[in-house]
Amino acid sequence: MAEDKTPILKVEDLGIDFGGLTAVNDFNLEIFDREIVGLIGPNGAGKTTVFNMLTKVYQPSRGKILFNGEDTAKKNVVEMNRAGVARTFQNIRLFDQLSVLDNVKTGFHNRVVYSPVTAVLRLPSFRAKEKETEEQSIELLKIFGLEEEKDNLASNLPYGAQRRLEIARALATGPKLLLLDEPAAGMNPQETEELMSMIRLVRDHFKIAVLLIEHDMKLVMGICERITVLNYGMMLAEGTPEEIQANPAVIKAYLGE
Amino acid sequence: MLKKLLDRTHRGRTVSYIMVVVLYLIIEIMIHSGNLSSLFTSLLVPVCCYIVAAIGLNLNVGVSGELNLGQAGFMSVGAFTAVSISGYLAASVSNGPVRLIIAIIAGVMISAVFGLLIGIPVLKLEGDYLAIVTLAFGQIIKSIITNMYLGFDGNGFQFSFVDNNTKLAPGGKMLLNGPMGATGTAKISTFTAGVILILVSLIIVYHLMYSRSGRAIMAARDNRIAAESVGIDISRTKMLAFVVSASLAGAAGALYGLNYSTLVPAKFDFNTSILILVYVVLGGLGNMTGTIIATIILVLLPELLRSMQDYRMLIYAVVLILIMLLTNNENMKTRLRRLKNRFSGRGRKEGEVS
Repeated sequence: MAEDKTPILKVEDLGIDFGGLTAVNDFNLEIFDREIVGLIGPNGAGKTTVFNMLTKVYQPSRGKILFNGEDTAKKNVVEMNRAGVARTFQNIRLFDQLSVLDNVKTGFHNRVVYSPVTAVLRLPSFRAKEKETEEQSIELLKIFGLEEEKDNLASNLPYGAQRRLEIARALATGPKLLLLDEPAAGMNPQETEELMSMIRLVRDHFKIAVLLIEHDMKLVMGICERITVLNYGMMLAEGTPEEIQANPAVIKAYLGE
Repeated sequence: MLKKLLDRTHRGRTVSYIMVVVLYLIIEIMIHSGNLSSLFTSLLVPVCCYIVAAIGLNLNVGVSGELNLGQAGFMSVGAFTAVSISGYLAASVSNGPVRLIIAIIAGVMISAVFGLLIGIPVLKLEGDYLAIVTLAFGQIIKSIITNMYLGFDGNGFQFSFVDNNTKLAPGGKMLLNGPMGATGTAKISTFTAGVILILVSLIIVYHLMYSRSGRAIMAARDNRIAAESVGIDISRTKMLAFVVSASLAGAAGALYGLNYSTLVPAKFDFNTSILILVYVVLGGLGNMTGTIIATIILVLLPELLRSMQDYRMLIYAVVLILIMLLTNNENMKTRLRRLKNRFSGRGRKEGEVS
């Protein structure tokens, strides 16, 4: 990979305590442009906690997160998204009472901007901006095969389609780094297969880096270029899929002695 | 154009505009042909006021998902601002409708300021704090206006919170008289103004709902964490819904205040806030057409039952319970949905033929 360039995301000695409990400690990670990186580990290892720190849902207790070479210490959730970090959730979080199309449109909130006054008075720019939002949203829905469903309520979609919609919504915010939290959870092998090619396609089409948490080893080993293993909030190993598969400490963490 | 008005996203809006205009025309015809009792005629403006306040509250409770128990407080602010402004301008602006518009705008602005002051700290919090604070706000506003004496003379406004010791120069005029409220107000509200105000409120709320801001408001309601993750500033979007809701209550209050020659502060108490909330909940959260229908029925019902004397509140309560049972009954819901589907299916077929 492009080891000579500056990484898009650089995490240094990241850690967080909840009361007296240290959930994650000394976490380091570098992600370069257009890379697909996996974050794996047994249940409760702190993977989602890392995501929540990267998106500032939790403020880290220690360490630094540099995004695009910029320190993000003072940024909140909304500013982190504006800077270019988008995510999906382990337990799907869609806007249930909005249509599939409107779910994606909300992703354009900070990309196609007009004021509430423009909306109420229906000024000429309203129509142009709404048209732009609509066209770009449909474009995204087409990529994820959801165009037919655009007028349905998001909560009425089948499970796999809800996961894809969440990814489409995250991409609508125009990220440089996409965080996927167990994207294949609840999918059958065929859907997982499709998801893998979709993640690759997303990376190439939108020219972004992807960091994903996943338990499905076939998916992780199949598409990740590098993998970081987390156990009890500590980094256990780091390397290519081949290195990780051969690492005795990783095998021990997953299978026991 | 017609096709656009009847498509999926516009149909609901078109129905509520048409409903308001048709009702207005029917009532106007009845007034002119002398078929409307004086009791009904006297209720026309208040019904319009409650509809406007309820539409505003539905934006706050139904669309934005925040409980607000102080809508009457905002009506009170709008009403007494408008009555004072109208009294002050009585000599200089003799044209009733112009004075009414100025008074309504003043009522809206002052209510919006109060909305902002309450919203800034409260909407940063998650949970039911808005309900608690707006409940308190309604009570505080009632107490303040009950103890407020306001008058004006050649030297400008005179203002006091102690028993009436505003010493007005000759030619001065009292605007607010403590617990007695505003007296001797010129009645400049009209039914036509009320209907125009309803239409304007509907346009504002619908245009807001079907826009970038509306999507953000509903996204923040459906899933706060996800909304933040796509870059939506939660407190700002909730604030927008809350302030628009307060402003509409202010407009409603202004129209209400200028419909009576006497207005006491106790009129806008906690019960009024709850009544408006009942209109919204029975009409359907986020459903403006339903809100209008529920408000009309529930304002008129106690008056229609007046001949039954002792039993009228009993019947009112029974009707409330029946509506709640019927609208929440799964059987009824599926039956209604089937009826609706059949209706819309037939509508489509007819469209294809033509």
